[in-house]
Amino acid sequence: MSRVALEHITKRFDDVVAVDDLTLEAHDEELLVLLGPSGCGKSTALRIIAGLEAPSEGTVRIGDRDVTDAEAKDRDVAMVFQSYALYPHMTVARNVEFPLRARRVPPAERDERVAEAARALDITELLGRKPAQLSGGQRQRVALARAIVRRPQAFLMDEPLSNLDAKLRVQTRAELVDLQRRFQATVVYVTHDQVEAMTMGHRIAILDRGVLQQVDAPQAVYERPANLFVARFIGTPPMNTIEGRLTGGADHLVFEASGVTVALPAGLASATMSASPDRVVLGVRPEDLRLDPAGSLTAKIILIESLGHERHLVVRLDDGQTVIVRQPGDQTPPRDGEAVTLSANPDSLHLFDADTEQRISS
Amino acid sequence: MTADAAILPGPVTASTEVATRRRGGPSRRVRLLGRYLLLSVLAVIVLFPIYITVVNSLLRPAQIASQPPTFFPTHPIFSTYSDAWSSGHLGHYLFNSFVVTIIIVGGQVLTSILAGYAFAFLKFPFKRALFVLFLATLMIPFEVTVVQNLTTVVSLGIYNTYAGLAAPFLAWGLGVFLLRQAFLGIPRDLDDAAALDGYGNWRFLWRVAVPLARPSIAALTVFSFLTAWNQYLWPLLVTKDEHLSTVQIGLRQLRGTSLENVNITFAGVIIAVVPLVVLLVVFQKQLIRGLTAGAVKG
Repeated sequence: MSRVALEHITKRFDDVVAVDDLTLEAHDEELLVLLGPSGCGKSTALRIIAGLEAPSEGTVRIGDRDVTDAEAKDRDVAMVFQSYALYPHMTVARNVEFPLRARRVPPAERDERVAEAARALDITELLGRKPAQLSGGQRQRVALARAIVRRPQAFLMDEPLSNLDAKLRVQTRAELVDLQRRFQATVVYVTHDQVEAMTMGHRIAILDRGVLQQVDAPQAVYERPANLFVARFIGTPPMNTIEGRLTGGADHLVFEASGVTVALPAGLASATMSASPDRVVLGVRPEDLRLDPAGSLTAKIILIESLGHERHLVVRLDDGQTVIVRQPGDQTPPRDGEAVTLSANPDSLHLFDADTEQRISS
Repeated sequence: MTADAAILPGPVTASTEVATRRRGGPSRRVRLLGRYLLLSVLAVIVLFPIYITVVNSLLRPAQIASQPPTFFPTHPIFSTYSDAWSSGHLGHYLFNSFVVTIIIVGGQVLTSILAGYAFAFLKFPFKRALFVLFLATLMIPFEVTVVQNLTTVVSLGIYNTYAGLAAPFLAWGLGVFLLRQAFLGIPRDLDDAAALDGYGNWRFLWRVAVPLARPSIAALTVFSFLTAWNQYLWPLLVTKDEHLSTVQIGLRQLRGTSLENVNITFAGVIIAVVPLVVLLVVFQKQLIRGLTAGAVKG
């Protein structure tokens, strides 16, 4: 397997910039996830790697080869599509061997490789069927078999799980990770589903409006989001953000919004003082807020969403802003409309510059 | 049912109502009856001329002209068919029609596949304008271009040949339109997947696009066959020898021989129609699928 690298890639469709100066590398044997909302440019970036779109600017490298101007068939990458893109008039066996026929692989070797791919994906008994006779999950496996049978340098996957039902998706997610490990494959995986990204990716690259926002390991992205977009995009429910200003000195820095006062811990304060922004946004994840009789934030419960193992409490602060508190299922639930006090874990506070939206805290 | 009703009176009552509705009340039955009646009347209107032709082909000429007309031949004469076949040289004319029709159908299907694919999948300058131009040719009646076509055929030196009979019809705007629409119905992902699998346009066309457009291609084949088989004006103009005449010209010559043989002409007409009937029976499923292709998401 090989590394896949995009260097200063820009793609314009008339006046629309779909990908803006994207530099990104999937290391050898890495599963890199491109994550972002619809229209963020992630699929376009993948298609540029595949050779299905030509970049307006920049270079694409697969291994040590510059493939920017190479045709899709000459890039030695395999792609799994959201729709699976199986040829409906061919049997599963013909679908899987289709790329080998194009490369004029001798029939004996072709049969052997198809059988091997079918065994790896557990679809041997389906080889004689047509795609219309398969379930969504089986079609997905056939599409994967068609990709691995080629033994390409890298796999590209464009939301391959989004047509599966929730239960099958969880199962297939684990199988894909297992497959990636077994084949030691370099995979560039596109999704809009942050759970997929967090659970599967070695690293996650988050895009918004064609611009790379952050690329890092899933836990690092969760714990230290580079900007407000990432902070709000990663996590369910999303991070609570409150706009306000900072008062006090380095030894006692305080975040203030109308009706909300939060003392910042010393470490956060020193990093913030050097940046000294006028307006800041305080971010705190729902699990870092808790109902605390001794807490400094007064609020009122307006909605309780119970998920069984946990509860999401939607509360309104004194200044009218709503925040979400995640409460473990084994704790006593509050009542609807009850007045409560909250406290935040001081070590898990995030601060962002309200103007640049970039992270301030260390 | 009774036991169920005792246990679950509510849901069973509801499901009974649904069942009654599904089976159809009296008004639904009347509507269905009306629909079948209308379809039967339409079928009679369509089939009656064919029936009368068959009847007339089995009567003596005097009976055909008699009043009231005969609808049920009591003493049918089947020898009219063998007479039409032998004295009218229908076998020879049918052969000519087959040759010309097969050249035309083959040409139209091939050019429609290639042009339809280009308009559906390829990017090239003035694509839209050229497609509109293709469609515009459908609005020009053949009679308008017939003189120019004849001049062209003569100057190409293919006057009074099979090539001359077929040449002006080797491409058809409707065929291009039909297959473009069929190709547009093929998911783009298949095109992309084939590109990554190592297939260029040519191989994608024949290995993927054409097999998937089979219903439309079958429909085009039938339409094309019908049109080519029934041609009259062009074969009349472009041939001078009887040995190149197609069956429609042959029928005219059959009629021209004598009024006393009018029953033989009717028999000839039925013989000329047989290949079309066979074609329609064989292709009827594909024809309907081709006509409704893309109407419902499949």
